[in-house]
Amino acid sequence: MKLSFLKIISFFLIIFTIVVFFIALNVDKRYSTENIIGKKIDSFKIKLLSNDKIFENKDLSNDKYHLINVWASWCLPCKKEHPILMKLSKKDNLNLIGINFKDQKKNANNFLKDLGNPYNIILSDTDGTSSISFGVFGVPETIIINEKQIVIKKFIGPLSTNDYKNILNVINEN
Amino acid sequence: MKTKILTIILLIFSSKLSANENIGLDTKIFKNLRCLVCQGQTIAESNSDFAQTIKIVVRDKISQGSNEKEIYEFLSEKYGEWIVYKPKFNYLNSFLWISPYIVLILGGYLIFKYFRKRRQ
Repeated sequence: MKLSFLKIISFFLIIFTIVVFFIALNVDKRYSTENIIGKKIDSFKIKLLSNDKIFENKDLSNDKYHLINVWASWCLPCKKEHPILMKLSKKDNLNLIGINFKDQKKNANNFLKDLGNPYNIILSDTDGTSSISFGVFGVPETIIINEKQIVIKKFIGPLSTNDYKNILNVINEN
Repeated sequence: MKTKILTIILLIFSSKLSANENIGLDTKIFKNLRCLVCQGQTIAESNSDFAQTIKIVVRDKISQGSNEKEIYEFLSEKYGEWIVYKPKFNYLNSFLWISPYIVLILGGYLIFKYFRKRRQ
């Protein structure tokens, strides 16, 4: 039986449609930060919260892990994760850097006065543009970088007890 | 009649051209960036906090001399290729880029064949 050209084309079009739908429906469209893991952070210059001095990535010590936490006083999940940050601040080989995101200095200071200050350094990103370099799209977000300033882990949302254990593994393992 | 149709087509085309000329580079980029915290909106359409920040960053990058491609690369590096609406041409999606042209050629061929057969 001789198949007509139209039938062959129709057959391939059906197969093509099925393949396209199969691929498209299986693509994970959720936002993922996996692409920044393993990459060196961009050079940055951000103002300190306490005064107008500028802090740069070259000021980061090269003998410790650094935890960069993006937070704000108006952010409720930041309050939720604060006890975990307080526990992490007691670890010797971890330097905690807080980036205060789109916040007012007075409110940020009151937040730390009430809940405690876990940070070694606090930076102020008043318009949120500096945080874009870290791939931040909301608060809270946490990035762990090693002494070579390579991103090892990134956490979106408040840190959980599991995340705490995960961070301890990272800083103790290597 | 033909002149009228031609004039209308030319008018539509010229207004489209002038509209495109008026769009700035920043707006062009905003329209091709996905708002990650909104549902199906571009950065241009969104008023979210994230979109406002991205707008500032894009304008800063333009004033620093970055071109469109460099801005897309910078944001894709931070947020993944998902942030750009128009995907880059690579071996993974090459078939999706080429397939409309294949379908167009095949369709044209089939129509040509159909009319030739009818004439005969």
